[in-house]
Amino acid sequence: MTLEMFFQHFLNALQWGSFYALIALGYTLVYGVLLLINFAHGDIFMVGAYIAFFIASFLLGSYSLQLPFVLDGNTIFVITVIITMVVTSCVGVTIERVAYRPLRKKGAGRLYVVITALMCGLVLENGNLALLGASRKSFPELIEKSIYTIGGITFTNVKILVIVTTILVFILLETIVRKTKLGMAMRAISYDSVAVLLMGIPLDVVIVFTFILGSSMAALAGVLFVTAYPVLEPYMGAMVGWKAFIAAVVGGIGEIRGAFVGGFILGFIEIYVAAVFPSTLRDLIAFAILLLLLSLKPTGIFGIARAQKI
Amino acid sequence: MLKIENLHVRYGNIEALHGISLYVKDGEFVALLGANGAGKSTTLMSIMRLLPPVAPVVSKGTISFKGVDLLSVAPHHVVARHGIGLVPEGRRIFGNLTVMENLKIATYARKDSGQISRDYERVFSLFPRLSDRKNQRGDTLSGGEQQMLAMGRAFMCGAGFILLDEPSMGLAPLLMQDLFRVLKELNESGTTVFVVEQNSHIALKYADRAYVMETGYIVMEGSAKELAKNEEVQKAYLG
Repeated sequence: MTLEMFFQHFLNALQWGSFYALIALGYTLVYGVLLLINFAHGDIFMVGAYIAFFIASFLLGSYSLQLPFVLDGNTIFVITVIITMVVTSCVGVTIERVAYRPLRKKGAGRLYVVITALMCGLVLENGNLALLGASRKSFPELIEKSIYTIGGITFTNVKILVIVTTILVFILLETIVRKTKLGMAMRAISYDSVAVLLMGIPLDVVIVFTFILGSSMAALAGVLFVTAYPVLEPYMGAMVGWKAFIAAVVGGIGEIRGAFVGGFILGFIEIYVAAVFPSTLRDLIAFAILLLLLSLKPTGIFGIARAQKI
Repeated sequence: MLKIENLHVRYGNIEALHGISLYVKDGEFVALLGANGAGKSTTLMSIMRLLPPVAPVVSKGTISFKGVDLLSVAPHHVVARHGIGLVPEGRRIFGNLTVMENLKIATYARKDSGQISRDYERVFSLFPRLSDRKNQRGDTLSGGEQQMLAMGRAFMCGAGFILLDEPSMGLAPLLMQDLFRVLKELNESGTTVFVVEQNSHIALKYADRAYVMETGYIVMEGSAKELAKNEEVQKAYLG
């Protein structure tokens, strides 16, 4: 591999890792608060991409209902991102309300909630299939792609946008969780939810906030993903979702840094494995490496073994 | 201030309190004594409005606080709106947060930032040990320090009425005395204190009044001095 190729792959890996990291965040946030693995989360990413598709198409004037004015691509992109994050958050919060909260109030075991999450994911996938059919949709190009070449390395503005956005999101979320009272409440709930109530903190508000954060980040990943790879299909969230979940576990689930580092590790392994070996071996080798990582450190890179509460 | 009348509560089908009545007046220091399983913690959890499965269901009776019916109040509002703080059994501090974060999280619902910073100072002057350990994780504290932190946390909730569940449990006698002295100090500066204890020696030494519970009933009540002298109490509860 030449040095140029190495850096070319490096950039690609950063972008690919960004998608995993943004989705892994949602898994890790919800797990950090409820100790629940929200298996519907990959499909929230898919829902986000579809919502973005419809909003962008509407803003571009593809439907009979049209805006009285014409917007340029960049403005449409920004509006699409914002509305998609808001609407997708509503979907995430609705799932929490309808599926998880009733189980929590009845004191159901965690296994039942996880199975419910799996089913919610399947409902989203198949609901989409029933509603919109199996045909793929292609996401309109909102941002005019410009290609830059520096020292033999080529990259697009979209790639830079994806990477920079992910880094900003990381800083924002770390700040929220480390510095704000709401963030402290999020960390405290998984430790002792009754004691959180005794501090005068409304549990449900904190939980809803967590789902809003996680879902809006998945939505952001969805918009960025289809901007870079403009194909939508109902199962697009399944495999990416699983991989992001694995990334979150490898990084140390429940830890925000873990989601990012895990996401980037997975991105790097996948890209470099595919660069060296035939691409059919990509997932096999990538997951074998992750298995090894986990067997060396079962709590994940940043995970701390939880002391059993008596 | 706090008035409980004919309170019956149950866990599932098992009744744990069979119609207890008690009151705590503004500014008082009241103790609730009794052996293990008498229903002392159950009484506190009913006041805090915690929900099953951790807490019982109230089947009959009333709990009112400053004239408000507490039974219709959501658990987090008991603290945030009515200013009742609980120092729970086993302390239940957040081991994954630092000491400072444990105190800060208690101010979640408060808006009075000026008073909050004065309250921090108060907590650190009452418990200088906590000030030394500000940035340490909660689970690295000793039992006594955890108890201090739990008390500081209840105080930081802005509670004018503090309930304590077995604060002396697992502590060395000297430390126990220290904690009760701090409680007395808080009480003298206006905080109402209602403490549940198995260790009646120490509770009766500092309280104004006390109730004695046995298997879900209140069997005796009176001033702390009288109860400390009463032979029956001595025999049954002071061993």
